[in-house]
Amino acid sequence: MNLLEIKNLHASVQGNEILRGINLTVKAGEVHAIMGPNGSGKSTLAGVLAGRDAYTVTQGEVFYNGQNLLEMLPEERARSGLFLAFQYPVEIPGVNNSYFLKEALNAIRTHKGLEKLDAIDFLALIKQKVKIVEMDESFLNRPVNEGFSGGEKKRNEIFHMAVLEPLLSILDETDSGLDIDALRTVADGVNKLRSQENAIVVVTHYQRLLNYIVPDVVHVMKDGRLVLSGGKELALELEDRGYDWVHEEAGQTV
Amino acid sequence: MNNETNTIEEFAAQEYKYGFVTDIDADSVPPGLNEDVIRLISAKKQEPDWLLEWRLKSFRHWETMVEPHWQNIKYPPIDYQAIIYYSAPKQNSLLKDMSEVDPELLKTYDKLGIPLREQEWLAGVAVDAVFDSVSVATTFKEKLKELGIIFSSFSEAVREHPELVRKYLGSVVPSNDNYFAALNSAVFTDGSFCFIPPGVRCPMELSTYFRINAASTGQFERTLIVAEEGAQVSYLEGCTAPMRDKNQLHAAVVELVALDNAKIKYSTVQNWYPGDKEGRGGIYNFVTKRGKCAGVNSKISWTQVETGSAITWKYPSVLLIGDHSVGEFYSVAVVNNYQQADTGTKMIHIGKHTKSTIVSKGISAGHGQNSYRGLVEMKKNAVHARNFSQCDSLLLGDKCGAHTFPYIEVKNTSSKAEHEATTSKIGDDQIFYCKQRGLSAEDAVNLIVNGFCKEVFRELPMEFAVEAQKLLGVSLEGSVG
Repeated sequence: MNLLEIKNLHASVQGNEILRGINLTVKAGEVHAIMGPNGSGKSTLAGVLAGRDAYTVTQGEVFYNGQNLLEMLPEERARSGLFLAFQYPVEIPGVNNSYFLKEALNAIRTHKGLEKLDAIDFLALIKQKVKIVEMDESFLNRPVNEGFSGGEKKRNEIFHMAVLEPLLSILDETDSGLDIDALRTVADGVNKLRSQENAIVVVTHYQRLLNYIVPDVVHVMKDGRLVLSGGKELALELEDRGYDWVHEEAGQTV
Repeated sequence: MNNETNTIEEFAAQEYKYGFVTDIDADSVPPGLNEDVIRLISAKKQEPDWLLEWRLKSFRHWETMVEPHWQNIKYPPIDYQAIIYYSAPKQNSLLKDMSEVDPELLKTYDKLGIPLREQEWLAGVAVDAVFDSVSVATTFKEKLKELGIIFSSFSEAVREHPELVRKYLGSVVPSNDNYFAALNSAVFTDGSFCFIPPGVRCPMELSTYFRINAASTGQFERTLIVAEEGAQVSYLEGCTAPMRDKNQLHAAVVELVALDNAKIKYSTVQNWYPGDKEGRGGIYNFVTKRGKCAGVNSKISWTQVETGSAITWKYPSVLLIGDHSVGEFYSVAVVNNYQQADTGTKMIHIGKHTKSTIVSKGISAGHGQNSYRGLVEMKKNAVHARNFSQCDSLLLGDKCGAHTFPYIEVKNTSSKAEHEATTSKIGDDQIFYCKQRGLSAEDAVNLIVNGFCKEVFRELPMEFAVEAQKLLGVSLEGSVG
């Protein structure tokens, strides 16, 4: 089943076209990696899918789990199981991390027609989930991301993902700012969350994350288009040869 | 971006839900202020001569004073001769019990969520309800009486306990203290009086609920709370008013006296009508609140949540006279649309080893202007005094303002004062982050604002804290996205 279907997507920021015709299909159970140089439009794609309103979609269609994604509000997308792990997670001073997550989870559960979790059941749930990312329990009761190091923030994003159990997760440069041990822990956490029902789109600069989160498909993004797609070995080739050679083979999507 | 700003504005533009008017016959005096009006008020309340004299002295002094304009607030001149200084719902002036209260009045308080019939109270809160110029009902009076606690309307206290009223009236806020206090001293109509005898810990929250109903009326209430040696009391105050196009004046005075080892906790949720989205109408709230820690080890704590009023001008203060006495001020002040607030506190350290804490949270939205103004003064003999002040401002949108005016005067070398201040803005990125986790813009703002105010809310009695959180949501609705 197609969880995500992007057809000829064009988007611009303040009149500058950044995405120039993206086509992408992601099925349940798959992990896709989107790689590409700085400024190629990777984060813009992540932002457009999550519904960030700094971007204007000028052309194209996006279907998510059978629904027209572009007509949904950001919070509706989230409640329907679309999750974005932020490249720069935002600090929310004064708001307890676990309280925040409880509100978020209950908004999603209400949307699904499930009963809200009470504080006791929720606490039991997060104590179990926090182990997935090997995060210290003290982070549960600190304000959301406030005073967290770069690596702790990224780990917290994956912790959110573990609790909210999304259908489609977009990890926007989750590897940046992580040392090698943290990278491995975070990647292990993501792998534990993989299933036949959900899908993950990993946006990254570097191949190293893909050693741990092994993708089914790798796409190369250049100048707002996915110009080349292949198996996991494509990532290794990119690591060796850089991105410059890609445009010569542009159009040869697999 | 535009969508988000719109949501911020919509959130700020929520309707005031207490704006209804009660249709009830009122006994009012004609507008205007002179000695005859004061004599009339005093006569209507069957007051003793000394109190009339006190009022007249205050009035004569008031006539020599000028309205203060140092505050960071702009408003057209107030015509003091256009205000009605006394308005009372018509009923038998002395009620035996609740069954004699006009059903319209009971309905009004029910609508406000303040049931006056005692059997409807679950939380154990004794209420005094002040409607325009008079107190209409005081609940649980008998039960409190058994402990020697006096909790009644001010007028009744003047009749029943003149010696106590005479002893303490004006002892903390002298009748010539400031322009609005002098005006209040001349024309005050009712309010609440509490007296907690030595060693008694008041077993329930005492609460006064103020309601302005009649048009063009000023409300000038006076509250006096005395906690004798070792006594403890927690007092709550709430207020609302109908929506009217014209501004209405509210100038109250609150005096607190704490003797040796006594503790008074005074909490306010102020939700007077704030005016409409264009800044028309609303209450001008000029209030003088002061507590005197007269005894050793005494403690006075002010907690306020100020969401209403077109203008708020108030500085709940503590005079720390007794050695080792403690003063606290916790404040959340919200301005939205065209509201203006100039609020803060004064902590005057006089005794040795006195301590004070100030936590002020200002939230500005719409075109609102919010100023914190605070004085921490440590007199020469206040050795080893301590103060900690924290003033945080939160801005929603880009048309509002936050200002801080801290004054610190330390006149000895062993005292210590600390001041911290921050200003932050609810960012579009924060709102988007919350939305991406499934929260609506309104929930996101509530979450962030409540997080910002947490240190103050946890000082409120529990039922009040829940109310305050809801009120904050309503006050800011439409202001963020």
